[in-house]
Amino acid sequence: MNNAVNRHRGSVLGSAATYLALCLMSVVFLIPFYMLLRNAFMTTPEVTATDWHWLPSSLSWSNFTSLFDNPERPFGRSILNSLLIAVISAPVSTLLASMAGYALARIAVPGRAVVLSLIVGTLMIPQAVTFLPTFVVVGSMGGVNTMWGLIAPGLFNAFAVVLFRSFYLSFPAEIEEAGRIDGLSYLGVYGRIILPNSVTMIASLGALSFIEAWNSFLWPLMIGQDPSSWTVQIALSSFLTSQTVNLPELFAGTAVAILPLVVMFLVAQRHIVQGIAMSGLKS
Amino acid sequence: MTATGTTPARKSPLHHDAARPAPAPAPRRRRLTERQSKALAFAVLTAPILLGLGLFRYVAIGWSFLLSFSEARRTISLGNWVGLDNYRELLSDERFRDSLTMIVLFTALIVPLTFAASLGLAVLVNRIRRGRAFFRTAFLLPAAVSYVAAAMIWKMALFSGVPSGLANTLGALFGADPTPWIQTQSPPLYWIVLVTLRLWLQVGLYMILFIAGLQSIPPHLYEAAALDGAGPWRTFRSITFPMLRNTSVAILLLMLIAALQAFDEFYAIFSTGASLGSEPVRTPLMHLYGVALQDQDYGVGSAGAFLLTLLIVLVTLLQGRILGFSRDKD
Repeated sequence: MNNAVNRHRGSVLGSAATYLALCLMSVVFLIPFYMLLRNAFMTTPEVTATDWHWLPSSLSWSNFTSLFDNPERPFGRSILNSLLIAVISAPVSTLLASMAGYALARIAVPGRAVVLSLIVGTLMIPQAVTFLPTFVVVGSMGGVNTMWGLIAPGLFNAFAVVLFRSFYLSFPAEIEEAGRIDGLSYLGVYGRIILPNSVTMIASLGALSFIEAWNSFLWPLMIGQDPSSWTVQIALSSFLTSQTVNLPELFAGTAVAILPLVVMFLVAQRHIVQGIAMSGLKS
Repeated sequence: MTATGTTPARKSPLHHDAARPAPAPAPRRRRLTERQSKALAFAVLTAPILLGLGLFRYVAIGWSFLLSFSEARRTISLGNWVGLDNYRELLSDERFRDSLTMIVLFTALIVPLTFAASLGLAVLVNRIRRGRAFFRTAFLLPAAVSYVAAAMIWKMALFSGVPSGLANTLGALFGADPTPWIQTQSPPLYWIVLVTLRLWLQVGLYMILFIAGLQSIPPHLYEAAALDGAGPWRTFRSITFPMLRNTSVAILLLMLIAALQAFDEFYAIFSTGASLGSEPVRTPLMHLYGVALQDQDYGVGSAGAFLLTLLIVLVTLLQGRILGFSRDKD
């Protein structure tokens, strides 16, 4: 009895310590966001002041308006470019992966194993190492500084094919058979039965693919050399290489660049967490 | 067959393709045999990804492999074969060798730290009942931030060399002078900048993976341990950690591959915008980027891509070996 009380007290103390540690850690993790927002609303003298200010003296949006007015750094254009890239590549790459994943899981044709190993084989090569070969191919096709050059190589996600394949392998076959009996073709079964039943899977992997497209840096840095084809990440990095830096504007730009994804993380967190868990543990 | 007709979007590619290849003698009816319609559906569904991967992976890598044995300055056409010269040139380049040393050191530092931190957070978050969603969000939120954006915050707000930077503000409380964190080479303080940035960005992702692993451990094991009077540390060592074995191996692999390919934050922090290659700290990928874009030497650049692949393959094999051996001992 006494022992049980002790253990109970121990676990209460233990969980208090756990909460304390977690609170401290989450404060540390949120500090960079706080610094970013604070500086984005400050004036240049405030940002560079040696004495500490918790908050900007006034909540002015002038940093944000000047951010979009600078003719040397087409920030608004770069946001639109990034948006276009992410909005196209996330659904298209997810759909292509789902199509192939379904065929590989459920349509038994001769040569299916070969197709599967051709797709899986591309996973053996580390992603960042393919950037130069891909640049050679895209460059030779005239893709430098073009939208298609920025988008096309990212549309083919072999890893997502593998994830969709294993998802469809465990899909109940009875539903498909019912569709076949009702006279649907194989493509009809895929379009009318399988696809509507893959919505959560598509949402999870699509969200991850959107994040990847929005945040990618090396590829747009190679392909988008002209300011008119900059993505938002390239526009951001141009702050660090320009001669004179307007610090508050730099922070305002960073805040704008991460805002869409932070909102997405807060809204669609369930899907994102699922997507991460799925893609991490399958590898 | 009529039911297919109600979805026009699906109908057109089917009929279009069915009409073109004219199989056998022209079919009396449009209806395909079971085997044909199967093959057609398979082809339609897999063709886009096969073409894409074929072009952007197989053709690209094959071409690049040939380029790596070819003198290809300002050209991507083959023919001027030079054997292993590109590889030799790269390996005798001190700056490339330095970048290899740099990335191996960085990996050796960041992987264990990220592993320990994300496992630790996962165990803590998994232990509590209330507020789990809040803490999970707080730790995962940095994963929404790009490396470039994080590099801006780290370079210009947290670790900027001026007195108003957060690190220097905190240092001033203890009477320290403002430190140029990024520019200081000896001692290499920039390691603190690089490591904290990547930790902040990645810990949440791996924490999610560890939490998924933790939740697949059968609870009766913990009940048994509690009955045996095992304390928290003992429980972690004898149950949690061994049960997470597969998760841990997968996560380590992901971390290793990600670290060896580091580029974004190094570039954003150290690139000056002047000539590429003058950065004080460079990763192999940065070196290759400079070779490809500035020197436009695609032969040497391709050779570098394959050397980096080789390094990644060796490290992952080594990891497999080490973990494989320790499994044999169990």
